[in-house]
Amino acid sequence: MKNLPLLFCGIFFALAFSYTGLIVSGNIQLGALEPSTETLVPSDSEVDENGQPLMVMPEGETLYPRKPSGLAEQGKKVYIEMGCMYCHSQQVRRRGFGADIDRGWGPRATVARDYVLQDRVLLGTIRTGPDLAHLGGRYAGEAGRDWNHLHLYNPQIVSEGSTMPPFAFLYKKQEIVNKPSEKALDFPPDSEYAPEPGYEIVPTRRAEALVEYLLSLKIDYSLPEAVIPE
Amino acid sequence: MSNESQIFSPSTNPYSSANEAVRAELSEIDASIRTASVFFVVSAIGWLMIGTVFALMAAFKAHQPDFLGAYEFLTFGRVRSAHLNAMAMGWGSNIIFAVGLWIMARLCRAKIDNKGILFIAGVFWNIGLTVGVFGILRGDITSVEWLEIPQYATPILAVSYALIGVWGVMAFRFRKGDHVYVSQWYILAALFWFPWLYIVAQAMIIWFPARGVVQSLTNWWFAHNVLGLWFTPMALATAYYLIPKVLGRPIYSYYLSVLGFWALAIFYNWAGVHHLIGGPIPAWLISAGVVASVMMVIPVIVVGLNHHMTVVGLHREVWRSPTLRFTVFGAISYTLVSLIGSAMALRSVNEITHFTHFTVGHAHHGVYAFFTMIMFGGVYYMMPRLLKREWPSAGLIKIHFWGCAIGITVMVVALQVGGWIQGVEMNNPEIPFLETVQNTIPWLKARSVSGIFLTVGHIAFAVNFFWMLFAAGAVRAKSGPTLLTKEGGAA
Repeated sequence: MKNLPLLFCGIFFALAFSYTGLIVSGNIQLGALEPSTETLVPSDSEVDENGQPLMVMPEGETLYPRKPSGLAEQGKKVYIEMGCMYCHSQQVRRRGFGADIDRGWGPRATVARDYVLQDRVLLGTIRTGPDLAHLGGRYAGEAGRDWNHLHLYNPQIVSEGSTMPPFAFLYKKQEIVNKPSEKALDFPPDSEYAPEPGYEIVPTRRAEALVEYLLSLKIDYSLPEAVIPE
Repeated sequence: MSNESQIFSPSTNPYSSANEAVRAELSEIDASIRTASVFFVVSAIGWLMIGTVFALMAAFKAHQPDFLGAYEFLTFGRVRSAHLNAMAMGWGSNIIFAVGLWIMARLCRAKIDNKGILFIAGVFWNIGLTVGVFGILRGDITSVEWLEIPQYATPILAVSYALIGVWGVMAFRFRKGDHVYVSQWYILAALFWFPWLYIVAQAMIIWFPARGVVQSLTNWWFAHNVLGLWFTPMALATAYYLIPKVLGRPIYSYYLSVLGFWALAIFYNWAGVHHLIGGPIPAWLISAGVVASVMMVIPVIVVGLNHHMTVVGLHREVWRSPTLRFTVFGAISYTLVSLIGSAMALRSVNEITHFTHFTVGHAHHGVYAFFTMIMFGGVYYMMPRLLKREWPSAGLIKIHFWGCAIGITVMVVALQVGGWIQGVEMNNPEIPFLETVQNTIPWLKARSVSGIFLTVGHIAFAVNFFWMLFAAGAVRAKSGPTLLTKEGGAA
């Protein structure tokens, strides 16, 4: 193969082959996925090509995955800006492949439909820190919020020996005027990271958004193709 | 003088060639590309130093999280991404433009015209990168692996690449002579593949995001192919050019090189999916990726045979020549890293190595021990011919070689052993996660030590290079090429 057009065709088709095989066909297979209800029921009017009733979504039930709140969306921006995904993945591998489910990182394996509402998919490829796909399920409610704020302010407070960097720059130190702020971080007694008396640490809006986002990461719903085992 | 050194000497000496006419022609080609190539090498070395600083910070932060922890713009995720982009797009691509275009021009026996535009395109490439890396540090990072550069900088990169890449294709289009060397295929293909990958990935992930995990598929199709279809072919082309050229001996088998090229072209670009094994994508796509990764054994063995068989029996020459010492180190690394890579795609191995530092070690094994070492070799060969000057210090070249060789070996071993242990422990739910993290710390410290070796090597390289570039008068008069050992002696 010495002439340019022929060589060029070979070079072109080599990449076109994988582009079609991986990207185009992947898009055909997955690009049309939509949120779904937890189960499908047989339709009473429509039938498939074999004459069996078509499986459809029951009316009026919640669609999953849910849409995140506006604050959580802002928090995701902070997560992206900080490069959190370079240490944390957001995917749960199936039982029998790794120990994700045994470690409590999620009640079931994640599937493609779990990600369809995300503008930027942050599957991640490394677990210098634990998987976060189900973080909001592991640290729920007010206690979860407090834990996450302390952990972000300085991971050593709640998980000593962690290699996660502190994100103290997302928090403000301020003098306590009259009474302490409701948002102030609640340090464990005698913590060496607590501010001096008369001062308090409060989260900035970015920190609040980031924690909101982290708490929104939850795999607490089944999908027709991925059911949470009882 | 032994027989072997007679084979060797004429071809390492830039001032001698069997044929006066060929010499004159090559010299003319070299002159036509000098300004642009020197500019690209200077930029590449600049980015190499910047990337090294970020690398040291990131490595140190990995086991000392408080280190520079108070600065938002130096948080781990950003420093690590600034390092990756400075190295991949700054060092890697600039050195490809320098060495790849030069080899292409020489093999095509075509002068480079309109070099002013090439130079300006190069300036814009580096401006785009500078904007991009600053963007990453100030928080406009995209958090898409290998595509971290913010949206506002990527069009500059795409346009300047479009201009630069054209020179290689044009050299090939207007080549003289009938014979097409295998290096030319690799360079031509890579020049075409890279923009396709980059534009598709940008479009489908950043500009018009595809739905859900199709983004991840595109991401790994792109990121793995930056290695496979941009760095790998360029480094292989360089090795295919340098090894026979310096040794004065033809490549072992032309037939094998043809097979190796097409096998790489067909299999490598499917292999990226192995980064998603166990992930939420259809099983058939993963299987296709695993099969392609394992099939990569074919081009790797073929290229390995070709490179290593050409060198057989001439080890002393390899050891004496700065060019070949680096290039052959890179060629051996290619065989090793690729075989490990194929093994990593097997589901049972991947279950352990995925999500661990093993992958980081593997990436450095490929980009550094293979690609970068060969490109160092290319610079050692190219610069004396472009500048008609010799490398001022053999001692600095030795420091460069040993710093890099020891550094990268320590890094790859530490991260892969540490990563394997990390993976085994992570898959054992009896061991608390925090304990598995702490068990990686000694290995991460070893990586920081390896970084110091690499830094010493890079500084020696930069000093030698700028000494050669600026203090020309003193070294111009030297009678022969800079070699690392005395005539026929040991190191």
